[in-house]
Amino acid sequence: MIKSIKTWILVGFASLLLVACGQGGGGAGSKKSKTLDNTKKAGFVKCGVSQGLPGFSNADASGNWSGIDVDVCRAVAAAVLGDADKVKYTPLSAKERFTALTSGEIDVLARNTTWTLSRDADIGLTFVGVNFYDGQGFMVRKNSGINSVNDFKNGISACTNTGTTTELNMRDFFNSKNISYEPIAFEKADEVVQAYDAGRCDTYTTDKSGLAAQRTKMSNPDEHKVLPETISKEPLGPVVRQGDSVWEDIVRWSLNTMIEAEEYGVNSSNASSLKDSENPAIKRLVGSEGELGAAFGLDNEWSLRIIEQVGNYGESYKKHIADTGILPNRGPNQLWTKGGILYVPPAR
Amino acid sequence: MNLKKLNIENKKVRDFIPQALTVLALLSVIIYFATNAQINMGNRGISFGFGFLNQEASFDITFSMIEYDGSYSYGRAFLVGLLNTILVSVIGIFFATIIGVIVGVSRLSDNYLIAKVAEWYVEIFRNIPLILQIFFWYFAALRALPLPENGISFNDISFLTIKGWYVPKFIWTNFNIFLLSVIAAFIAIYFISSYATKQREQFGRQLPTTTISLATLIILPLLTFLFLGVSLNFEYPVLKQLSSTVYTYEGGVSIIPELIALALALSMYTATFIAENVRAGILGVSKGQKEAAASIGLNKNQILKLVVMPQALRIIIPPTTNQYLNLTKNSSLAAAIAYPDIVLVFAGTALMQTGRAIEIISITMLTYLTLSISISIFMNWYNKKMAIKEK
Repeated sequence: MIKSIKTWILVGFASLLLVACGQGGGGAGSKKSKTLDNTKKAGFVKCGVSQGLPGFSNADASGNWSGIDVDVCRAVAAAVLGDADKVKYTPLSAKERFTALTSGEIDVLARNTTWTLSRDADIGLTFVGVNFYDGQGFMVRKNSGINSVNDFKNGISACTNTGTTTELNMRDFFNSKNISYEPIAFEKADEVVQAYDAGRCDTYTTDKSGLAAQRTKMSNPDEHKVLPETISKEPLGPVVRQGDSVWEDIVRWSLNTMIEAEEYGVNSSNASSLKDSENPAIKRLVGSEGELGAAFGLDNEWSLRIIEQVGNYGESYKKHIADTGILPNRGPNQLWTKGGILYVPPAR
Repeated sequence: MNLKKLNIENKKVRDFIPQALTVLALLSVIIYFATNAQINMGNRGISFGFGFLNQEASFDITFSMIEYDGSYSYGRAFLVGLLNTILVSVIGIFFATIIGVIVGVSRLSDNYLIAKVAEWYVEIFRNIPLILQIFFWYFAALRALPLPENGISFNDISFLTIKGWYVPKFIWTNFNIFLLSVIAAFIAIYFISSYATKQREQFGRQLPTTTISLATLIILPLLTFLFLGVSLNFEYPVLKQLSSTVYTYEGGVSIIPELIALALALSMYTATFIAENVRAGILGVSKGQKEAAASIGLNKNQILKLVVMPQALRIIIPPTTNQYLNLTKNSSLAAAIAYPDIVLVFAGTALMQTGRAIEIISITMLTYLTLSISISIFMNWYNKKMAIKEK
C-alpha cells in the first residue's frame, strides 16, 4: 500500500515537472524580436516613467504625460506603431523601476535613470544611450551662509531619495571631504521636499536637473539655491531588457534619430519638405534614401515619423526643459558642433 | 503489494486520494512558479545567489544601534535594519501596552469625564488609517518643533528640536559589574518571592514582598557605586553652529524624529485595540467573583490583583498577541518617513543597489515570519502560564 502511493506521487511529480518545463520553454528567445511582435499586437508601447518630475516625465491635470523622457517613448511609438500617442505610461518609484522592466511589465524605461556599470552588467538591463547629461548637486537655503560645498561642516544633515546613485555619491563625497553627516533617505521625492522644506535637513541632494525641478515645489522657491559644484557624473538614459537586441536597436536609434535630426537642422515642420534634399544624410533621415528601417523590421519612414510627430532633440529640450524655466542653459546637453557633448553615431 | 486493498471501495484509499491530490496540486503550483522564475531569470541574464551579502554596501544609514558605515557589507546593513525594526517594535509594544491598559481600565471608570475621554480616544485613533497617523505625527506634529538654535530645553541637559531629541549620553566605568549586580538583584528577588509564597501558604504570614524587592533592586546596584568602582558620567549635547543660520547639537545621543513619530503612531494606534481587549477581559470576569472575594475580606487592590486580573488575563492575552504581531508588521510603514527599518534599508536601498529582488524579498519575508513566530511562541508560553491550572 505505502509503496504504491509512493509510486503514484513519483509519477505525479514527474508529469508535473514535464508540464512545468514545457510551459517555461516557450519563453526562450528566438531570432525575431518578441518585444516588437508583442508591441505591435498590443497596439501600444509599454513605457515606464517617473512619478512626476517636471521636464522629464510629468503628468498634467488631465493625465497627459510630457517631458524629454516621455518623448523617447513617443519616438519609439511613432517608429513602431506609426502614432506617437500610442504609449501606455506606468509611473514607477526608483525602487520598482528595474523589476518592472525585467519582469516585462514595461518594455522601455525612460525615467531619468543613471547609466552605471553594475546596472548595465549585473541586473539584466541594457542602456541604449544618454538623453540627458546630469550631475549631482546640493540645494541649501539662501540665508544659510553656505555658498559652496567647502562650507559644509561636521554634523550637517542631508536629505535624499532611497534607491538611487545619489545615496552612494553622497557618501563618496562626504568621505572624501572627511565630513561626518546625517543621511536621511526617503522613498518618495515629495517627502524629501517636505522634510527639507520643514528644516529637518540642512541640504537636499540629487541630480541638478531634479533640484531645479523640485525647487518649484517648495513653499517659497526663492529662499533656496543650488550650489555651483557638481559632485558626480549622471548620464541619464533610456533602458531596455537584456536579450532582445532588435528592440534594443529600435529604442537606441529612435533616440539617436532625434539628436541627429537636430544636428542636420531637420525639425518637425520642415522634415517632409526635405525629402529631395541634396544632402544624403538628410535624405536617409527622412527616409527618401537607403533601406535603414528594414534592419529592425520597420518600414523606411520610421525616422520621418519620429521627427514629424515628436520633433528633434532640440525642440524637445526647448519645450520641456528650457521654456519651463528648469534649465534654460543647455550646458553639456548641447550638440557637439555647438560646444556640448551630444554626439551620436551616424545613421547610415 | 496487496491489490485488493488498493481499491476505491477501501475507506483508507478513499480518504487518502483527496489529500494526496491537494498536496500534489500545491506542489505543482510552487514548482511551476519556481521553474518559471528560473527560466525567465536565465533568459534575461539575471543570476541568483546570496554572495552579494558579503559585498560592500557603500551607502550610509542615519541611525544604527551597532557600528555601521558604508564600508560594511550588505549583510551588516540587513542587521542594522533588523535591529531598528526590533527597536521600534519593542518601544511600540511597551507604550501600546501601558496606554492600552490605562485607557481600557479608564473606559470602565465611574468618573464620566475619564470614561468619555477614553472612549473618544479609542474611537478616533482606531478608525484613522495608520499611514495617515504616521504622516500626521511626522509632518504635522514634529514640524511644529523649533529649529536647533531655539530648541526646547529641559534644564539645559536635553533639547527637543525638529532634527531630533538630543539627550545626554551615559558614560560608564565598570558597566559589567553594574550589570551583574542588577542580574543578582533579580535572582535575589526570585528567591525572596518564592520564600514569601511558602511563608504564606504554610503559615499564612503576609510578607511585604514588593517593598523588599524594590529595596533589593535599588540597594544592590547602589552598593557597586560605593564599593566596586562603578561610576556614571554624562556627556551633554552642546549647540554647534555650522554656518550663519545652520545649527546642530554635538555630543550626547540624538533620538531621530523619524523614530519618535513612528513609535508614537504605532503605540497610539495599537493601544486602542489593546484597550478594548483589556475592557473585554475585565468585563468578562463575573460580578460574583468580586463579591465573593470581598466577602472573604480582601481589599480592593487585592481583589483586582488576586481575583479579577488572573481571570481577565486569560481573556486578554490571546487577542493582545495578535496586536503585538500587527504592530511589528505595521512598523514596515517606516519607509514612508525615512526611519531606517529593514524594509527601507534592506528591501529598499539594498534591493535597488544590487537588483536582487527575489533574494532580498525572500530574506525580508522570512525575517518578518521569524519575528512574528518568536512573539507568538513567547505569548503562547505566557498564556499557558496564566491559564487555569487544574489541580
